[in-house]
Amino acid sequence: MTAARTPDDRYDDDAPCGSLVTTLDGTVVRANATLLRWIGLRRDEVVGQLRFSDLLNVGGRIYYETHLAPLLRMQGEIAGVALELRVAGGARLPVLVTAVVLTDPGGGPAQIRVIVFDARERRSYEQELLRAREAADRDRDRLTHLVRSLQQSLLPAALPVPPGTQTAAYYHMASAEEVGGDFYDLFPLPGNRWGFLLGDVCGKGVEAAAVTAMARYTIRASAFHDPDPAAAVGSLNSVLYQEHRSPTHRHCTVVCGVFAVGEGGVEVTMATGGHPPPLLLRGDGTADYLPATGGPLVGVLADARYYAQTLTLRPGDTLLLYTDGLTEARAPGTRRRYGPDELLAYAAGVAPATASSAVAAVQALLGSFDGGLDDDVAVMAIGALATVQSGP
Amino acid sequence: MDVRERNNITWLGPDDGPVVLLSHGFGCDQNMWRLVAPSLAKQHRVGLFDHVGAGGSDLSAWRADRYATLDGYADDVLRICTDLDLRDVAFVGHSVSAMIGVLAANRRPDLFAGLALVTPSPRYIDEPGYRGGFSRSDIDELLDSLDSNYLGWSQAIAPVIMGNPDRPELGAELTNSFCRTDPTIARSFARATFLSDNRADLAAVSVPTLVLECRDDVIAPPEVGAYVHDRIRGSVLVRLDATGHCPQLSAPRETEAALLSFLGSLW
Repeated sequence: MTAARTPDDRYDDDAPCGSLVTTLDGTVVRANATLLRWIGLRRDEVVGQLRFSDLLNVGGRIYYETHLAPLLRMQGEIAGVALELRVAGGARLPVLVTAVVLTDPGGGPAQIRVIVFDARERRSYEQELLRAREAADRDRDRLTHLVRSLQQSLLPAALPVPPGTQTAAYYHMASAEEVGGDFYDLFPLPGNRWGFLLGDVCGKGVEAAAVTAMARYTIRASAFHDPDPAAAVGSLNSVLYQEHRSPTHRHCTVVCGVFAVGEGGVEVTMATGGHPPPLLLRGDGTADYLPATGGPLVGVLADARYYAQTLTLRPGDTLLLYTDGLTEARAPGTRRRYGPDELLAYAAGVAPATASSAVAAVQALLGSFDGGLDDDVAVMAIGALATVQSGP
Repeated sequence: MDVRERNNITWLGPDDGPVVLLSHGFGCDQNMWRLVAPSLAKQHRVGLFDHVGAGGSDLSAWRADRYATLDGYADDVLRICTDLDLRDVAFVGHSVSAMIGVLAANRRPDLFAGLALVTPSPRYIDEPGYRGGFSRSDIDELLDSLDSNYLGWSQAIAPVIMGNPDRPELGAELTNSFCRTDPTIARSFARATFLSDNRADLAAVSVPTLVLECRDDVIAPPEVGAYVHDRIRGSVLVRLDATGHCPQLSAPRETEAALLSFLGSLW
């Protein structure tokens, strides 16, 4: 092992990288001076005595035996693999290893040629990247948490359940990093009446979210004084239009109404502005869109007019309100919009349904879009109980 | 979920042959068996599969809690047997899959005709009176390097592979697909593998068992093979004249001869 160094050996020794040859089982048969200097061993302590994996830290040794040796056997080479050499004094030297199996003249594999690069600079660069990535991950987690909290704060914490009805709602956030502009609410009014609303402020983000809060409370306040929901939508239109020259101006779509539980079911009066028509899922298993009587988009025209309509939810009927994120979702595997016809067919398949099962069905439908949802979706259902509870 | 897709199961050999399942260990996928599977398939129905998280398995089926211990993997093996109605299965498990096979066969011995444990280790960490080959700090160093060296490992685990003109038999379409592992899954699998202690499970093995070890294996040293052989009643120990941890690659002819001899004794 102490044979004189040939000119080829000296050329190899001068290389600014570690250079080795091993047998197929990893036993070192050649090592250059650079490598020996790094690991602090004499040539005769290495050549014929150690395997390449013996030069690595324990993690690297396991990795070599479980990953790299099989890869070398199967594909004949590995490139740019990050490992650590055990070097003089017990320290670790980060290295990048490239190796190739050399075939003998007979065609069979004979030896492994290994090149080892000092990767300290690169490793510290990677550590920086890793730290930056961890910081970015933490920031994103914080943002996601903040957005979710903000979104929740803009929606009722728990939906009231007026006697004689069943109610349910669901909010699908299209983005974990941005609050959406959809909103809904269900609230008590004087005289055993209840108000409800659901809408969609154009755009996303904090500005849109602020407008959803204003829209909710404008309608709530208006409904408190005026039993006509068309008047509430009109009030919201005036409030939003007031800002129409401002860069923060937003318009919205909304459906709102009031209801009271009576002898024959739930008596509903409602109005819409620029909003897709609500669905009625009847107790007899049929489903229909409610005829559109509503007015234009809210906040765009100075004197838009809105009209109310009435309907009675018979026991077993469920009124389903939704925002257009649902009908504008792309159907799975296509560029096609899901569309109102498909939604009606789906609703007919679901009817008859309680409020919670109708909302659960929409939730399942949204789940099936799998990435085809660009926009937030709010859904709320109000159902008349099939058996009206009689008082004591 | 269909286990065929979940575990990327492929079959070789005659449909009516006795069933041999080949189960890869930590670090690679069913490609580990490519040099021995064809000869085993001459007389057996050879099933190859990838553990969830490895190779061509359905990565979406991976759950951190389910695969935190070897039990989740053993459960998958049993699901493969029951869902595909396999009976009298000879299970060949390499490395950590040896213990996965032990756990599976102990839960449902009725499904298995035999176990072939290739370079098995029931405990990698040294314990009083037991030499596993690694100290606790060795394994901690391995796990730390998996945790901290995110970029290095992710690159190492999915190395950039160039074409391989010297060995065209390997096929260009496969060269990029060997042993690809998601870094998060690799970390979890390393924990499940190197922190497990299955020594107590060995005594419960009730099916015929072959222990196949290598002459020189830093992952599972000879004492460990002897320990496994000693604890599994009636097991046969065969030491191959091979080095490293993967004799099915470094000494495929000797490995398949030992496996065929064992399989020949089962049915």
